[in-house]
Amino acid sequence: MDNIAGSSNRLKWAVNLSVLIIVISWLVPTVGLFVSSFRDRDQISATGWWIAPLSVELTYRTRGDGTPRQDGDLWVIEGNLFESAEVAEAFANGGAEITGFGVAARTPDGTMPGDEIETRDGGMLRVNTDGTYRYTSSEEPDTRGPRVYFAATTPPEFTLDNYRTILTADGMDRAFFNTLTVTIPSTIIPILIAAFAAYALAWMEFPGRGLLIAGVVGLLVVPLQLALVPLLNLHNTIGIGQSFVGVWLAHTGFGLPLAIYLLRNYMVGLPRDIIESAKVDGATDFQIFTKIILPLSFPALASFAIFQFLWTWNDLLVAKVFLPSSDETNVMTVKIADDLLGSYGGDWGLLAGAAFVSIAVPLFVFFTMQRYLVRGLLAGSVK
Amino acid sequence: MSPLLQAALTIFVGVFGCVGYFYAANVVLDKVIFPAKGEQAGRNINRANLVRPWIFLFPAVTALSLYLVYPVIGSILRSLHNRAGDEFIGLGNYVALFSDETFREAVINNALWALIVPASATFLGLVIAQLTDRLSWGNIAKSIIFMPMAISFVGASLIWRFVYAVDADIGLINAIRDFFGLDVLDPLQVPFWNNLFLMVILIWIQTGFAMVILSAALRGIPEETVEAAIIDGTGPLQLFFRIKVPQIMGTIVVVWTTITILVLKVFDIVYTMTGGNLGTQILPSYMMAFMFRDDGRATAVAVVIMIVVLPVMIWNIRQARSEMR
Repeated sequence: MDNIAGSSNRLKWAVNLSVLIIVISWLVPTVGLFVSSFRDRDQISATGWWIAPLSVELTYRTRGDGTPRQDGDLWVIEGNLFESAEVAEAFANGGAEITGFGVAARTPDGTMPGDEIETRDGGMLRVNTDGTYRYTSSEEPDTRGPRVYFAATTPPEFTLDNYRTILTADGMDRAFFNTLTVTIPSTIIPILIAAFAAYALAWMEFPGRGLLIAGVVGLLVVPLQLALVPLLNLHNTIGIGQSFVGVWLAHTGFGLPLAIYLLRNYMVGLPRDIIESAKVDGATDFQIFTKIILPLSFPALASFAIFQFLWTWNDLLVAKVFLPSSDETNVMTVKIADDLLGSYGGDWGLLAGAAFVSIAVPLFVFFTMQRYLVRGLLAGSVK
Repeated sequence: MSPLLQAALTIFVGVFGCVGYFYAANVVLDKVIFPAKGEQAGRNINRANLVRPWIFLFPAVTALSLYLVYPVIGSILRSLHNRAGDEFIGLGNYVALFSDETFREAVINNALWALIVPASATFLGLVIAQLTDRLSWGNIAKSIIFMPMAISFVGASLIWRFVYAVDADIGLINAIRDFFGLDVLDPLQVPFWNNLFLMVILIWIQTGFAMVILSAALRGIPEETVEAAIIDGTGPLQLFFRIKVPQIMGTIVVVWTTITILVLKVFDIVYTMTGGNLGTQILPSYMMAFMFRDDGRATAVAVVIMIVVLPVMIWNIRQARSEMR
């Protein structure tokens, strides 16, 4: 089929190129977040992440401090701007170069390195590319040297600081474990309940079966929003209140229709012969289910497990309503949406780090188990 | 007790409880209530087989009724009561809703979402499925376009916050504007268009879903029809739109409706990006404004969402029933 009439070489190029453009545009937003999460705050606001591997030029403000010494009839201060107290931290890694300097905030980089400029108090200042400076004055300067502004390029710098801050100081570690706590029982428990029900709906004859299946299909699309108020009131009445138990129960209930639907569709497709010959041999329904159906349905069970895992991990609504809003219980999505976005609205590096902590696990699951995910999607939608 | 320990305990209790229940119930049924021996062995086996399906179904049916059927009724009833829940006020909450400016804005925006997002995601998914179909690196391309499906709506919103940032050194949109010499602007504050910018996020997520399913459908098209069309001299575009697309129309409709239902429920994106301000309110996030404050109003909004979803639900059930026959 590859080279039949109608597909010319030019068409092939066009297809390759357009797919490449689409793929890149799909990937760019995520890459931006990923790169930004490794850059520090100053670098993020100085240059775009798309040129992160290049040097960054920033302007700084410091003082040419140093002990004045007398040289003939002149007073001289010498030193290195990169080592001066106000900016030393920014240049700890070395490799920086000065591209311009000045003595007034209006022209922070108006003078080329190597040239001399007159300071406000009448002295002369020369700054070199490597940061060394020489200040000369005819009068004895006080211990504080002249005010200097300068622009310097620093080599690109990638740090884990954002992650460190997010995970230690901001309680994202706690939120991570809370998410895990919500997710695991919410994934495992519905599978078991749904598997038994799906078997009954697929392989047992009883009145009302068709109606029940129709009911499950109908419940598939019931908007979650309807469940929030009555269930929260119910939980409050029976004493569960806003707690992890409540979230587990809610996720179990909300996940069941899809679980039953997926598993029933799969089980119905299993060969009738196996089940009937087992029955002839005297196996009970319970034995048929545990020994034959369950092992054979593994792909469908895995598909649903991945769905439910991704759904509960990424959920914001259920966690917001059924868990109390406190640092003890916040899951990562709530933490980011309600807490970090407010307090770190402008600190892009920290936000990027937090977002990446929250999407790393789903991405890992996605890439390792994509096969099952695709299979589940196909079983759930195409019929 | 630490939450993780509690979780482990819950898994243990849940799993063993389930298995224990099913096992014990079956044993009781077969050995105690209807034993398959004595005079009535045959009748007892038949009777046991009549009861057994309900043993298998009991936990699921209970959970479904409690967590999905009861809330539907509960919400409808609650929406007819006042804020405190002690006084029946008929359609009072609905009347209040319809006279609220923000509600009308939310309905209009929701309609836009429900039209634009499924249409764009399905169309893009279809085109990408076709383009990647015979590509040597098609699977890698599909993987990347499918990837946003794994990312939470909150995570995706943050990712796009970077793209829309009001700074030519952070936001790509403003970087591009800057490149062409235009002024920096905040995409999320441009009236009307900000809705579209938010929709882009959901389209970005959902296109992968549409693509995966439509690409499987495209592969399922019988080769003969395609070959016959090519022998008759059909060009590639015509082949795609007049031979392939009509054959997978059923799947396209399923994808379209699935995304539509999702769109009507998603509140995360608007909540994270604008909080429903700046004229971007939609029903699900409008409901959250009343959640914990006025249960009567909140449930009324939920019922409105339910009514919008209802036709799709009925259509779904019909489809499922016709398949079973």
